[in-house]
Amino acid sequence: MGETIQLEDCLGERFIGAGASDARIEIEGIPGNALGAYLDGACVEVFGNAQDAVGDTMNDGRIIIHGNVGDTAGYAMRGGEIYVKGDAGYRAGVHMKEYGDKRPVMVIGGCTGSFLGEYQAGGLIIVLGLEAGRKGRPIVSNFPCTGMHGGMVVLKGDAVDAGILFPPQVDVRVVDAADCALIAPFVRNYALFFGADGDDILQGPFTLVTPLSHNPYTRLYVAN
Amino acid sequence: MREDLARAGLLEGQVRIPAGCAIAAIVATDGKPMSGHDIITSMEPMRERSSGLGGGFAGYGIYPKYADCFAFHFFFDSRDSRKTTEAYLEQGCEVVNRELIPIRKMARITDEPLIWRYVIKPHRSVLSRLQLDENEYVVRLVMHINTSIDGAYVFSCGKNMGIFKAVGYPEDVGRYYRLEEYEAYQWTAHGRYPTNTPGWWGGAHPFGLLDWSVVHNGEISSYDANRRFIEMFGYRCTLQTDTEVITYIADYLLRRQKLSLQETAHVMAAPFWSTIEHLDMRDPEGARKRAELAYLRKVFPSLLVTGPFSIILGFNGGCMALNDRLKLRSLVAAHKGNRVFIASEEAAIRAIEPDARDIFAPAGGVPYIVRVDGVEGGLA
Repeated sequence: MGETIQLEDCLGERFIGAGASDARIEIEGIPGNALGAYLDGACVEVFGNAQDAVGDTMNDGRIIIHGNVGDTAGYAMRGGEIYVKGDAGYRAGVHMKEYGDKRPVMVIGGCTGSFLGEYQAGGLIIVLGLEAGRKGRPIVSNFPCTGMHGGMVVLKGDAVDAGILFPPQVDVRVVDAADCALIAPFVRNYALFFGADGDDILQGPFTLVTPLSHNPYTRLYVAN
Repeated sequence: MREDLARAGLLEGQVRIPAGCAIAAIVATDGKPMSGHDIITSMEPMRERSSGLGGGFAGYGIYPKYADCFAFHFFFDSRDSRKTTEAYLEQGCEVVNRELIPIRKMARITDEPLIWRYVIKPHRSVLSRLQLDENEYVVRLVMHINTSIDGAYVFSCGKNMGIFKAVGYPEDVGRYYRLEEYEAYQWTAHGRYPTNTPGWWGGAHPFGLLDWSVVHNGEISSYDANRRFIEMFGYRCTLQTDTEVITYIADYLLRRQKLSLQETAHVMAAPFWSTIEHLDMRDPEGARKRAELAYLRKVFPSLLVTGPFSIILGFNGGCMALNDRLKLRSLVAAHKGNRVFIASEEAAIRAIEPDARDIFAPAGGVPYIVRVDGVEGGLA
């Protein structure tokens, strides 16, 4: 990793770290929208909250947020990792995609707003809902996985039992952590970055959401 | 941006610029007066959300000396339009005070109209002859001036509040109008990035009618459906932009239909039918809510506002922030001590209160209502 850049007293400056490939950027204050947009390998760490469109279309690298993020975190993300200690707003992971060895991952420690993983086409979104009970909020608000046709969403706990409604084009299964071993390394990273107990988080059931078809729109326009 | 367009030989309005606007509010919930300094500072980090084609502010509690009168703020194109308007006003009102609104000349704000303040009181004899209450009379007066008197626009007409707006960046507009010299318990603000309609003085936000004021980020897909409905009730959309209609919807639902703020939010940003249907019928509260939401959707279908928006509706005694039900625009709120902050971006809040607490984003379609102690609202 290249040089370390420290930014203090940030106040809404947009596009910090956009396209950066080889640096470590540490941020105090409140960075503006599109933090780490098109990020291409750099590591961005924010010691507080971030605003909208964190990691918009990022390709590679890592973003770590020690707070909450606004709407559309990980918008059209195509690689790399985003870790959010707290909550995410609406449309986290909207249009996330994957190709070949590019497989983006987003871990959200708190709850998310509506339309989580809307039109998701690839990658992995993990929502832990760690303080959902205390805040009296559902782990995810309305319409999660609407239009999902690739990738995977994993929610901690039994989301079906909790009354979360999913659209008909996805498969929803409640599994043990052992059945979704692929989340373990990312949950352990989360625990490492934010000082939580990874083993504890990995206890208990998880809800695994996958699309029923990888190409649900094949027959929408032409019969082929 | 304006300069770029001019160089390309295009006028704003001939080209579509996709972007957002900026909104903000500060409310002293204990009613303590604040100068306009902080609200101007709050807009500064959001400069990129504006384009210099409109900025404005609304202050509540700024005219305590004339608290019983309506403070009309006017843009006049000429002395003639002012004289015509004045003669018209004097037919039904006592003009308690008239003056140029004080401004500070600056290079970045140009092409200014004549900007006047008229403090008026409708004659009681006129009201009783017309059998109108003073609010309804003032609404009709404003609609008449804005549609029928050439070159005259009323852009503020509430009691003990005022709107100040211009073509420019909001922080310049605030200083242009010397807002640091006014004291308000509540300020709202707007920075404009017009996308589909001209950037002109009358089209800047806030929009006002009586003490309602609206600042808006977004665009209203349902504008024409809303406009057609609301114009049946005497409102006239004359300002060439969509936000105006939200102001009239608020006046119609809150003042004339006497809906609550919650109910008004549930008309304008109604939940999806699927969300209403999934409310739990076994729970008595769920059943009541379901009936109420369905009722409001059925009675006022033409006042559903679709498309992306975040708005702050100000009124005497508080404000309501509201997002569209899909939450396609950003809006956050926080508080510290007796002050509540609302803005498009957290940075706008941190700019004036670095230690603001409990930053949160109200969900789409869920109103966030702030009330001020001891200030009578214009609401039932």
